Amino acid sequence: MEAVYEKYFRDNLPHIWCPGCGNGIVMSALARALDKLNYPQDDVLLISGIGCSSRMSGYMDLNTVHTAHGRALAFATGAKVCEPRLKVFVVMGDGDAAAIGGNHFIHACRRNIDMTAIVINNSIYGMTGGQFSPLTPTGKRATTAPYGSIDRAFNLVDLAKGAGATYVARGDVFHAAQLTSLIVEASRHKGFAVVEAVATCPISYGRYNNIPEPADMLFWLRDNTVTVQQAAKMSEDELKDKIIIGKHFETQAVEYCEEMARLLAKEKAGDNNEI
Amino acid sequence: MPANKQLRENIRLMQGNEACALGAIKAGASFFGGYPITPSTEIAEYIAREFPRLGRYFMQMEDEIASIGAMIGASMVGHKAFTATSGPGFSLMQELVGYAAVAEIPLVIINVMRFGPSTGLPTMPQSGDIMQARWGTHGDHSIIALSPSSVQEAYYTTIRAFNLAEQYRTPVIVLLDEKIGHLREGFDISQDPEPEIINRSDFVDQAALAQGGKYLPFANTPDGVPPMIPLGQGQRYHFTGLTHNQAGFYTSDAQQVETFIHRLCHKIEDHVAEIAELEQLQCADADCVILAYGAVARSAQEAMDDLRQAGHKVGLLRLKTIWPFPAAQIREICAGKKMVLMPEMNMGQLAVEAKAALSGSGVAFHSLNQVNGRLITPAVIKQALLENQAKLIGGAC
Repeated sequence: MEAVYEKYFRDNLPHIWCPGCGNGIVMSALARALDKLNYPQDDVLLISGIGCSSRMSGYMDLNTVHTAHGRALAFATGAKVCEPRLKVFVVMGDGDAAAIGGNHFIHACRRNIDMTAIVINNSIYGMTGGQFSPLTPTGKRATTAPYGSIDRAFNLVDLAKGAGATYVARGDVFHAAQLTSLIVEASRHKGFAVVEAVATCPISYGRYNNIPEPADMLFWLRDNTVTVQQAAKMSEDELKDKIIIGKHFETQAVEYCEEMARLLAKEKAGDNNEI
Repeated sequence: MPANKQLRENIRLMQGNEACALGAIKAGASFFGGYPITPSTEIAEYIAREFPRLGRYFMQMEDEIASIGAMIGASMVGHKAFTATSGPGFSLMQELVGYAAVAEIPLVIINVMRFGPSTGLPTMPQSGDIMQARWGTHGDHSIIALSPSSVQEAYYTTIRAFNLAEQYRTPVIVLLDEKIGHLREGFDISQDPEPEIINRSDFVDQAALAQGGKYLPFANTPDGVPPMIPLGQGQRYHFTGLTHNQAGFYTSDAQQVETFIHRLCHKIEDHVAEIAELEQLQCADADCVILAYGAVARSAQEAMDDLRQAGHKVGLLRLKTIWPFPAAQIREICAGKKMVLMPEMNMGQLAVEAKAALSGSGVAFHSLNQVNGRLITPAVIKQALLENQAKLIGGAC
C-alpha cells in the first residue's frame, strides 16, 4: 500500500478477515476514494452494521460507528439529518442491508438523504459461518441450504432504484479501480447513493459452491461480470448469471436534509416561536 | 390584582402527553425520531408542529427500531434526542436500548404505557412496562426510569429525564401511565423557579483537551461516567456495541470486560441516593404506608386522606423514580411501620422489588394488583388496606 493511504487506517490492524476475503479490497477502494474526494477525516462519518464487512469501521481512522445488525442506516439517518455537514458513508453486508435491515434500506432510498451506502455482497452470511442471504443466487449452496437455496434473490440494484435511491451502481472486488471510481462518484452525488460491491468469500461461500480458491473466485468475477454498456447489447439469455457492473442509474431529486432546512427556514421566518 | 387571580390567569389546561413534549423542548431536545402509536401519539404531533419553528429536527421513521437508531445517531453527533412510544413499540426498541446502554448514549424514551402483553387492550392503562424498562434488553446494564403522577410533574419529569441522560450517559425511560398521558388538568409553572438544564458538555474538561490531553471516550472515571464529546468535533473515535476498552475498541480481555460491565451497572446503582426521588405524605406518624407510583398514587392519596379522616394512621410513599429502585430509602422510611400496601396496575412487577427491600424488616407487605384495564380506585385501595390490616397486623392502623 502506498504511504499516502496509511492515514486512513488506525493502528489496530491486522483485521479479522480470512485470507482471500474481498472485504479488504473494498476497504482499500474506500480509502483511495476518500483520498480522491479529499474530505478532512474529521468530517467523515463511517457507520457500519454487523457482520464481517462491518468490522471495517473499527479499522479506519474516521469518526466511526459499529452499530447493530441491520441498523446502520437508521443511525446514519439521525446523524446526517442533525449534522448535514458530515460526509457519511455506510458499510453493510448483504444480509445486514437486504434482510434484517431491509426496511431501513428501502426507506433510506425513499428519503434520499445525502450519503453513500456501500453494500458488500459476498452472497453469504460470513461471520456466522455461511448461511444463505437474500442476495444468495437461487440454487447456490450454503450451510442452511445444503441442497441449494430455493429462495429467489433480490437484485439489489433494482431494489434500490425501485425504492427511490438517486444513484445506484454495482462494482466488484476484481475491478478494484472501477469500484474506487464508483464510490467517488456516489459520494459526489447529491442524494442517497447505493454502491453494491460484489465480493468474495472463499471460506463460507466458495467452498460450498465449487470455487474454494481465493484467486479462482476473483477470476470467476472477471469472467462473469459485464459492464452496463456491454449488457445493453446482450440478450436476456446471454445475461443469465452475469453480474452487471458500473453505474446503473442516476437522477436528481429533492434531498432530505435540504428539504428539512427549507422547512425550518420557512416556519421560523413566519412565526414568533411562542409555544 | 390578587395573587390567586394572577395564578388563575397563568393556568393552562394541558394534557400529560403535551406536558412531556413541552418539557422536552425546555430541556433542549433537538431531535425526535418516532413512529405513531396510541396512547403516545400526541407527543409526536406536538413536536412535529413545534420543532420546525424552533429549528429542531422531527422525523417520522419507518418503525420503532429505526426511531431509536436515528436517535442514537443524533445523540452521537451531539443532539439531545428523544421519542415517544408505548408497549409494543418499546418492545421493538429493546435491541437498541441495549446498544445505547453499552455505548453510553444519552437519550430519552417517553413510554406511555398501555395494556399488554402484545396488542393487549388498546389503549387502556396498565403499568405493564416496569420490568420491560429494567430488563427488556439482554445482558447486564443499568437504567433510569421515572414515573410522574400529574400533568405538571410530567413536564418536570421529562426535563429531569434529559438531565439524567446527559449526566449519566444513559437511556432514560419516562414511564407514563396512559391515565396521566391523556389526563387534562391545570398546568401553571409561572411561579416556579427556572429548571436546571444539564448538558453533556458540562462534564468535559475543555482545558485539559486544549492542552493535548488524550480523550478516552469510555474512560474508567471515578464516578463511572466518562465525559462525552460528540462525533465530528475533532476527536475521531469509535462506537461499538461490542464490549470495548476505554478507547472504544473491541476487547475480549476478561479483566477489561469485567471492569466495563461493572462500571455500566455501578455508574447508576452507586448513585441511587442522587437519582431516586421519593415523596412522603404523612409517613412520619403512619402505622401503614401505601407505596405507589404513577396514576395509582393519585388514588392512593385520596384513599389515604379518607382513611386519615376516619382516624387511621396511614401515609403515602410515592416513587417518582422506578429505576434505580430506591430499596434502601424505602427500607429506612418504612422502618418500624406495621404494614406496607402496594397497589399496582399489574401483577406485582415492582412489588417484587419492594418486598425484597422490606424483607427481614418486620414490616408486613401486601401487594394489591388489578389487571382489568381500569385505574385502581381509592375505594379499592381503602378496602384492601382495611381488610389486610386485620389479616396481617391483627388490628387497625
